[in-house]
Amino acid sequence: MSELRFDQVTVRYGAGRRALTAVDGVDLTVPSGQVVGLVGESGSGKSTLARAAVGLAELSSGQILLDGVPLRHRTGGRRPLQMVFQDPYSSLDPRMTIGDSIAEAVPRSGPPRREEVTRLLELVGLDADRAQAYPGALSGGQRQRVAIARALAGQPDVVIADEITSALDVSIQGTVLNLVRSLQRELRLSMLFISHNLAVVRYVSDYIAVMYLGRIVEFGPAADVLGDPQHPYTKELLAAAPRRGATSLLDPVAPRLSDPAAQAVAERAVQVVAEAEPADPHHPPAGCRFHPRCPIGPLVLSDREHCLTIDPTTDADRRRHRAACHHVAGALQPVTTGSVSKEDSL
Amino acid sequence: MARRARWIAVLRTPVGAGAGVLLLAVLLLALFAPLLWSDQASAIDTEHLLEGTSSQHWLGTDSLGRDIFYRVLVASRTSIMLALLATALGVLAGLVLGTAPVLLGRRAGRLTTALVNIAVAFPGLLLALFFAVIFGVGAKGAVLAIGLAGAPAFARLTQTLVAGIAERDFVAAARIAGVGRFRILLRHILPNIAEPLVVNATIGAGGVLLAFAGLSFLGLGVQPPAYDWGRLMGESLNGIYVHPAAALAPGVAVVIAGLAFNLFGEAVAKGLGVPALVGPRLRTRTPETVPAAPVDDEAVLVVKDLRVSFPGPITPVRGVSFTIHKGEIVGVVGESGSGKSLTALAVAQLIEPPGQVEAAELSFLGAPLLGRLADRGSAATRRRLLGTSFAMVFQDPMTSFNPTKRIGVQLAEGAREHQGLSRRQAMARAVDRLRAVRVPAAGRRARQYPHEFSGGMRQRAMIGMGLMGAPALIVADEPTTALDVTVQRQVLRLLETIRETDDVAVLLISHDITVVAQVCDRVLVMYAGRIVEDLPASDLATGARHPYTRALLAAVPDLDTPLDEPLAVIPGRPVDPSAFPTGCAYRVRCEFVVESCSAKDPELVGADHRVACWNPQGRTVLGIESIRTGQR
Repeated sequence: MSELRFDQVTVRYGAGRRALTAVDGVDLTVPSGQVVGLVGESGSGKSTLARAAVGLAELSSGQILLDGVPLRHRTGGRRPLQMVFQDPYSSLDPRMTIGDSIAEAVPRSGPPRREEVTRLLELVGLDADRAQAYPGALSGGQRQRVAIARALAGQPDVVIADEITSALDVSIQGTVLNLVRSLQRELRLSMLFISHNLAVVRYVSDYIAVMYLGRIVEFGPAADVLGDPQHPYTKELLAAAPRRGATSLLDPVAPRLSDPAAQAVAERAVQVVAEAEPADPHHPPAGCRFHPRCPIGPLVLSDREHCLTIDPTTDADRRRHRAACHHVAGALQPVTTGSVSKEDSL
Repeated sequence: MARRARWIAVLRTPVGAGAGVLLLAVLLLALFAPLLWSDQASAIDTEHLLEGTSSQHWLGTDSLGRDIFYRVLVASRTSIMLALLATALGVLAGLVLGTAPVLLGRRAGRLTTALVNIAVAFPGLLLALFFAVIFGVGAKGAVLAIGLAGAPAFARLTQTLVAGIAERDFVAAARIAGVGRFRILLRHILPNIAEPLVVNATIGAGGVLLAFAGLSFLGLGVQPPAYDWGRLMGESLNGIYVHPAAALAPGVAVVIAGLAFNLFGEAVAKGLGVPALVGPRLRTRTPETVPAAPVDDEAVLVVKDLRVSFPGPITPVRGVSFTIHKGEIVGVVGESGSGKSLTALAVAQLIEPPGQVEAAELSFLGAPLLGRLADRGSAATRRRLLGTSFAMVFQDPMTSFNPTKRIGVQLAEGAREHQGLSRRQAMARAVDRLRAVRVPAAGRRARQYPHEFSGGMRQRAMIGMGLMGAPALIVADEPTTALDVTVQRQVLRLLETIRETDDVAVLLISHDITVVAQVCDRVLVMYAGRIVEDLPASDLATGARHPYTRALLAAVPDLDTPLDEPLAVIPGRPVDPSAFPTGCAYRVRCEFVVESCSAKDPELVGADHRVACWNPQGRTVLGIESIRTGQR
């Protein structure tokens, strides 16, 4: 299989004062045969990054490489990147049988279409005789299976899954996630798995990338990122994710500290997080983009004015998990050492 | 197929049937009249020139003594054929212009769109005359002129429809699959916009017929010796005071044929539009709802045997009973189709006809909301009670505010109406309430419009609007589904805080059992329009007894889900409210089925922890292994 690499990718919509930089200089690698989970809030640019990869959004600068070769999106022939969309109710043509929808994606040079459709339907756990059914006769989970079959029909090297379970009922979500995981292992697919749900991303991913306001703020092996998050935003996401047995959401209280100054800081940090507002992508803050809601940033600690002016993404490669934060624990690491830096810089 | 059934349904309506018969008659006439009556129509009778109505010539004769009645009949073919030709030309040109943006790419597409927009600005008749002069006098010229004059309007329509379809995901999916632009247009876009285009072309044909008659009447259309209705009208006009029938007959023909096309198009448009709910109108007497004899002072909302039904008949909510006490947060979970949102809407009195709400009791703060007792109490009192003590928060914070009014004004509106505050007092209260829901810089924010608020802030403002009065109950229908996790937590925390400070009860509807488990005191689990389990939230993780609740809990991955085994799943698909199975609705997906499951729907029994199941699972610690794993 193949490695997908985003190299300084920037996607900008509109022009002039209404311009919006949805993706801003993103470097991200999906290693061959691995799953990279991409998390972030709405408006962080996750979906734009996916759409750019498959040619639905134009790059303003940078390039996307497949095995080191820049991608070109041409019609006809095989498309090495395929995508599964969020809403299975709008991603299948209601006027076409599901067999036709899948057959359409089979490359012309590929295997005979009818046999291929049968094989793919069985691969995703649907009866082959459903090929003549229209999407209207299928449930949401079944439609999403069809959408996955269509993506696989293109014989892709890399599959991009954009929030594929968020439109499904919980009882159905599990079957789709199990299917994605078993298919990925069976076919050794490289995959970019996008979701706002950290628990879902954790379940399918080998690596996790965290995106905030158009930038990747942390990237590393899944267990490391979840077990030892570096960026304050990742920590916040983890704290907000549901855990079994958690019973109350009442405001976390600042710890009781003997030092009154430290106590004031801790209280201020709790307040900053509680009052945080999602940033406006039209007017991203200068310096570190996370600083207006950062519990360890300039709003809490007076000595951190450099967060207001200096962009931490420029030297992110030198930190653990490539964290875009000036104040990650353990400070700077040389580029060549460290347990994860080798895999990260694939 | 469903589409054919809808076309047939169109023909069954009175207008559809009438228009269909009329159109068929006009088309048959156009087809056969020249074959049958050509000779009579062209027979020259020099004995009877320019005569009026007689038994021999019903509508009189023209200047060469030809029979006008037969000429009108025979002219139908020329008139209708040319009109259809011009329509076809207009539709074709419109389609080409309208779909050009898809085929040509962004820049050239934008140019054609601009051209079409300019062309649309010219009146159609002006364009037709303009083209008629360019293409010259005669039938061919007129067809070209009228066809091209109709093209811009059709192109505009096509563009709009295409734009709607082109941004759907299945078109994007086809592009990713490497399907060429032309094939996407043919296979995905055109089939999905065909119906409205056909309807509009049919309506358009009526107009074209009229326009063509106009051109011929002016002498710019059909030239002698050929003739159509417009020409006949023009020829007979000089004698209109002597022989009115000769001039009026072709006019009547134009009107009838034009109406046939127009009415048929309208009927089809109506039939193919939003399918109306059809079925026998439900006519049941609303049963008396009496508050329970010992009035429970602590009860904010009492719901007993609530049913919501729609014509069909579909009954998505079937006998739901629960009570919410002061300061209690009650969660309702369930999948789509479980009836959880309809329950909330029914409680809020927001079910619109033809939907029907019935209940043995539905009372809010001791006042009945349903039935004759409620009707007796004046509607105004009830409205004031709901307006001040009841708040509703919807899922989508984008659509729950009026985009053209400032947030503060919208908050103040209700307070002025129900509490009789002055404008200044109401505004001050609005700012105060915004501050209470933690909208920063509340004074400034109150003067802003909804689009200037972020999603989470808008949802909080919505809650603030509920707090304008002194609410006893907030009904929140999926309040955090459209929000990000970090923001979701803020909104849920706010609900919790309001409960603590103001002793407000909350009914929280959600599909997410983890959300409900974290905020609520009590959880109602709904399946197929019924409550299948009602338990304290603290019991949820370990003490759930209904197989569905247990399966639902196991199916949600969290940060502690083991990675080396497949996720637990619930086999089968969510129930369809139009076809609930007999017996227990969950039995088709349940692995603990016993004999009685298919016989009778189990009652919700128990005191503090109610469960509706014939085979409830024990109070053991919930383990993944107790629930079937693996794929279906």
